Amino acid sequence: MAGAAAAEAAHHAAQVVSSTGMLAPIIGLPLLGAAINGLVGKKLPTSAIHTIALLCVGIPALIAWVLFLQLTGLEPHARNLEQVLFPWIHVGGFQVDFALWLDPLSAVMLLIITNIGFLIHLYSIGYMKGDPSYYRFFAYLNLFIFSMLCLVLGESLLLMFLGWEGVGLCSYLLIGFWFEERENAKAGKKAFVVNRVGDFGFALGMMLLFVTFGTLSPVGDGGINAQLATGLPAGVSIGTIEAAALLLFLGACGKSAQIPLYIWLPDAMAGPTPVSALIHAATMVTAGVYMIARLNGLFFHAEFASEVVLWTGAGTALLAATIGLVQNDIKKVLAYSTVSQLGFMFTAMGAGAWAVGMFHLMTHAFFKACLFLGSGSVIVAMHHEQDMRYYGGLRKFMPRTYWTFLIATLAISGVPLFSGFFSKDEILWFAQASERGAFGAYALVSLAAFCTAFYMFRIMWMTFWGEHRGVPEGHGHGDDHDGHGHGHHGDPQEQPWTMTVPLIVLAALSLLGGYVGLAHVFTGGAVPNYLHDWYHPIFANSHVGLLPMYEASAELTHSAELRGVFISVFVALAAIAGSVWLYRGKDKLHDVFEANFPPLHKVLWNKWYVDEIYEAILISPLVVASREFLWRIVDEVIIDGLVNFIGGAATNGARLLGKVQDGDTGNYAGWMVVGLFIFGAFAVVAAML
Amino acid sequence: MPLPHVLAFAFLLFAIGAAGVLLRKNVLVVLMCIELMLNSVNLAFVGFSRHFGDSGSHVMVLMVFVVAAVEVGVGMAIVVNMYRRRRTLSVDEFTALKG
Repeated sequence: MAGAAAAEAAHHAAQVVSSTGMLAPIIGLPLLGAAINGLVGKKLPTSAIHTIALLCVGIPALIAWVLFLQLTGLEPHARNLEQVLFPWIHVGGFQVDFALWLDPLSAVMLLIITNIGFLIHLYSIGYMKGDPSYYRFFAYLNLFIFSMLCLVLGESLLLMFLGWEGVGLCSYLLIGFWFEERENAKAGKKAFVVNRVGDFGFALGMMLLFVTFGTLSPVGDGGINAQLATGLPAGVSIGTIEAAALLLFLGACGKSAQIPLYIWLPDAMAGPTPVSALIHAATMVTAGVYMIARLNGLFFHAEFASEVVLWTGAGTALLAATIGLVQNDIKKVLAYSTVSQLGFMFTAMGAGAWAVGMFHLMTHAFFKACLFLGSGSVIVAMHHEQDMRYYGGLRKFMPRTYWTFLIATLAISGVPLFSGFFSKDEILWFAQASERGAFGAYALVSLAAFCTAFYMFRIMWMTFWGEHRGVPEGHGHGDDHDGHGHGHHGDPQEQPWTMTVPLIVLAALSLLGGYVGLAHVFTGGAVPNYLHDWYHPIFANSHVGLLPMYEASAELTHSAELRGVFISVFVALAAIAGSVWLYRGKDKLHDVFEANFPPLHKVLWNKWYVDEIYEAILISPLVVASREFLWRIVDEVIIDGLVNFIGGAATNGARLLGKVQDGDTGNYAGWMVVGLFIFGAFAVVAAML
Repeated sequence: MPLPHVLAFAFLLFAIGAAGVLLRKNVLVVLMCIELMLNSVNLAFVGFSRHFGDSGSHVMVLMVFVVAAVEVGVGMAIVVNMYRRRRTLSVDEFTALKG
């Protein structure tokens, strides 16, 4: 491995960077769209609003494809395009340019963000139809695309951080989009506050990196990854590297909803469903995974931090998946599913399987966006009722939604030949076989995979299969955000093309998206693993090997990998069979799990009491301490006391001094003469000295 | 005439003026005392001018004359108005501007 690293280091020195002028419009247009709709959108007709918004994402999407093709035309080690927009901060030794950087890693993210972003913008036309704040929605959505692209394309961590905070802001604004309802505003606030904890880690990690490496750029010749390409630079201790990696991972935990900071994401479902699909499933929440991939050189050396990443990811994957088993709100199930799938990605990152984590990021973006948009389609059809207990039998009313949802469900469940199968299977493999893997982590994610297939098919049973139950009369559900123009009677309807076309495209991607990253075990090398080769220049210096026994024998590796595939297929099919056994032909579907496993159901229904535990050990002490100490003592006694003392001293002093000014001119003149004498005496004394 | 004599005389005049300002109550007298102080300063200027052979001080003297003339003009107008309002010219009666 050392020899390979040296060879790669040599290749690193020869890194070729080309300049391009096409990156600026990619981030500029969404910002422009946000500015237009945000500033004057209120006066524009709805058709103008969504035309502007769609163009400002669609054109960047096209440019992204052009740039992608341009990259494929270059030599692998020369696939770097840079555009420096302007010098940003130049203070002494601290030099940061506002520069955009496109390489294989950011290119895939760019394609995902702009293209899925475009589809979701298109979908939003139907979903947000008639909303009084239509312009505001599209302005936020465009602003989000801008921020997310800054995050991904930023050449330095500082620009990445700008995007990181920008997407956090947009997330906050969009979760609380219907802020007239207090719950929604609270959910937005929770997301924002929880993310602050992570951002604090990110900022500290960033500063530590700057102090250590003298640069904030992870890429390029002098960048952090390049400096780490041949081992630790002189004078850099492994402790510093570990600390920086752990701090940055804290940021990733916040943004990507991992233990202990995952609690905001399920609540974030208060936002409109396209937002859940775009921000809280396909793009923003994967920023943490992308950040680790971007800084793979750092995490490659930080072995302890990687172990933390591995176990956090595996633990989150299972914890969230179990909670998803019992939720009745369709978006809540998908939210926990997202947390769980992000856990899978972090498991891969912790195991050093960088390209695999990015692979799952991509396939997850396809199928989870499809699932969320499908659920949105159902929610609109059910007049904004999100409780699956009132669904059922929607297959016959909404065939396009049903089929696309089914494909995405098969993909996320890991059914063979669908995209999720290929990526998830590789994660399971590396969780056990990588030299950074662990059998325990493998067991956790395998169990999580079982739960995933189970809760997804539970959704299918409760929503699309069986008899239609419908919302009972008089079930007053206050959050029909009016103006949607649906009557409250009649059967659920399929949605217009603006909503079904994105579903169909995403379903096709969920079906086929996995074939760009076929692992060797499936093809025997007959078809190259395109994605792995594509990412190779990025991760070449951070290669994590397999366990020694697998490194030693290719045959053993092959058989073990094959065994892993069979196990994961078995797990998925067993879960599906379990859901059939539990739910098929049952009336009161929500009771089934509860009736069979009451204590387990109770714990899961209460989400392992995590919110309650946080309330007890963090929030309550904080509130009590704030009220009894910070408010009663620090604020009222110390700060108020100080201010009142100064004010009182001024008032009383002024009252005393005011007596001098008694209005008697004679006295004034007398004081003047006294002053004159003092000055005179002073002058005389000074002259004598 | 030697400079110290001039300065001593000027100081004497200034002290008389100052004492008048402080001790007399009639506004008219106070104003006249101020004129006395100004002129004592003028005297000192002229003394210095003669001693150092520098005519620059005369400029200052002329300047003080002008200021004094203006001051009398404004001051007398105020005094007339004060008298019209209060029918008195004692400075002790004018204490409305207290803090």
